[in-house]
Amino acid sequence: MIQFDAVDKRFGDNVVLDELNFSVRPGEFVTLIGPSGSGKTTILRLLMTLEQVSGGQIWVGGECLSHTKRGETWVPADDKHQRVVRKRIGMVFQQFNLFPNMKVLQNITEAPMRVKNQNKSEATAAAEALLDRVGLADKAKAYPAQLSGGQQQRVAIARALAMQPKLMLFDEPTSALDPELVGEVLDVMKQLARDGMTMIVVTHEMGFAREVADQLVFMDAGAVVETGNPWDVLSNPQHERTKAFLSKVL
Amino acid sequence: MNWNWDYAWEVLPGIVGQGLLVTLEVTVFASLVAYVLGLVLALLRRSPFAVVRWIVWGFIEFVRSTPLIVQVFFMFFVLPNVGITLDPIPTGVLTIGLHYATYTAEVYRAGIEAVPKGQWEAATALSLPRGRTWVAVILPQAIPRVLPALGNYSISLLKETPILLTIGVLDIVGAAYQEGSAAFRYVEPITIAGVLFLILSYTSSLLVRRLERRVARSN
Repeated sequence: MIQFDAVDKRFGDNVVLDELNFSVRPGEFVTLIGPSGSGKTTILRLLMTLEQVSGGQIWVGGECLSHTKRGETWVPADDKHQRVVRKRIGMVFQQFNLFPNMKVLQNITEAPMRVKNQNKSEATAAAEALLDRVGLADKAKAYPAQLSGGQQQRVAIARALAMQPKLMLFDEPTSALDPELVGEVLDVMKQLARDGMTMIVVTHEMGFAREVADQLVFMDAGAVVETGNPWDVLSNPQHERTKAFLSKVL
Repeated sequence: MNWNWDYAWEVLPGIVGQGLLVTLEVTVFASLVAYVLGLVLALLRRSPFAVVRWIVWGFIEFVRSTPLIVQVFFMFFVLPNVGITLDPIPTGVLTIGLHYATYTAEVYRAGIEAVPKGQWEAATALSLPRGRTWVAVILPQAIPRVLPALGNYSISLLKETPILLTIGVLDIVGAAYQEGSAAFRYVEPITIAGVLFLILSYTSSLLVRRLERRVARSN
C-alpha cells in the first residue's frame, strides 16, 4: 500500500532520511520507533505532503505521491496531484491541532462538507457516529478547549476518520497527554487496528507497540536499522544500536 | 487670558452639532477602510507571486514614508486632473483609511503569524482548500487577537482627522476655528475642541482595554 523507494530528505546539509526503503501492506499496523531526529516523524510528514522529498519516490496505493510522469520523465508532483493522492490518508498529530474556533462537531464535519461535498445532515450523522465510536457522543457541542487532552485527541482521530481514509498516520499521539489519559487514546487506536485500518504510528509506547503492531521498525539517523515482528525486535534485538536504544526506553 | 463662559456656551452647539458628527463620521469610515484594506494588504503580502508581494511592499513603504498631509493634498488636488473628483469628506476617509491600512496590515500580519503552524498542517491533512482554510480556520483565530491593536489605531486615526481642515472638512477643529474666527476669539472654541478629543480618545481607550481583557480571557 505504501512504498518508499530510496527516499532522501535533506534540510540544507542536514540529512534526515538517507535513501530510505520502507513499505507497508494493506491492513498492516506499523510502529516506528527510534531516537528523536531519526526520521520517524519525517516519514509521516512526507506521506501527508507536509514536506517534499529531496530524492527518491513515494508510492501510495499504486500511485506515485511525490512525482508525476510528464512524457517519459518523472517530475515532482504539483499540489493538485498530491491533493488527490493524500485524500486517502488521515493524520493525527502530537498536539491534536483541533480547530479551536469550531465546536467538536464542526471540527469533524468541516472537511467532509468542503472537500467531499457531503451535505450537512449527511456529514453530521457521520460525525455523530464517529464521536460515538471514540466514546464522545456527548461532546459534539463542546469547544476543544473544554475537553481534556485525551478527549481532544480522540476528537482528532474522529476528524481524520471522517474523510474515510485508507491509511491513518499517528505522530506520537499520546506524547502530549497526561499519563492517565494515554489509555483512552490507545484503546481507540486498538479498535481501529482491529477494524482493519492500515496504520503507521510513531510512538514511544513500547508495550502498546508489542501488543498491537504487526511490524515494528527501528530507525536511527535517517535509516531503518531493524524491522520485524515487535516481539522479536523488542525482546531479541539484532543490532547494537537497537539494543542501546531499547535498554534506555524499556 | 480670560475665559468667557457665555461665549463658550454660545459656540458649543456649533462645534458639537456639526464638528463632532463629522469627526465621528470620518473616524468610523476611515477605520473601516483601514481594517478592510489592511487585511487585503496583509493577505497580498503572502501572495505566492513575488511580483504581487513586491508591489504591495513598495506601496506600504511609500505610504508610510510620506506625510499624511501630502497624501491628502495629492488625493484632493492632483486626482481631479486625471478625472477623479471626490468631495472633501470621502477624500479624507479614503486617504486616512489608506494611510492607516499600511499600519493595520502589519497588525494583521502579526496576528496571522501567531496562529500555530499545526493549524495549517491539520488543514492540509484534511485537504481543506486554501481559501477555506483562511476563512474558516486562520482568520477566525487571527482577527480576535488583533482587535485591540486595531482599536488603538482607530484612536490614533481619530486624532489625525483635523488634518482634513486643510481641504475644507469642518470637523471638531474646523468648526471650532470657524466659530472662533466669527468673533476673533479662539480660546474657548479651541479649548472645547481639545476637551471633546480628550473625551473621545479616553472613552475609546477604555473600550479597547475592555476588549483586551476579553481577548486575553478567551485565549
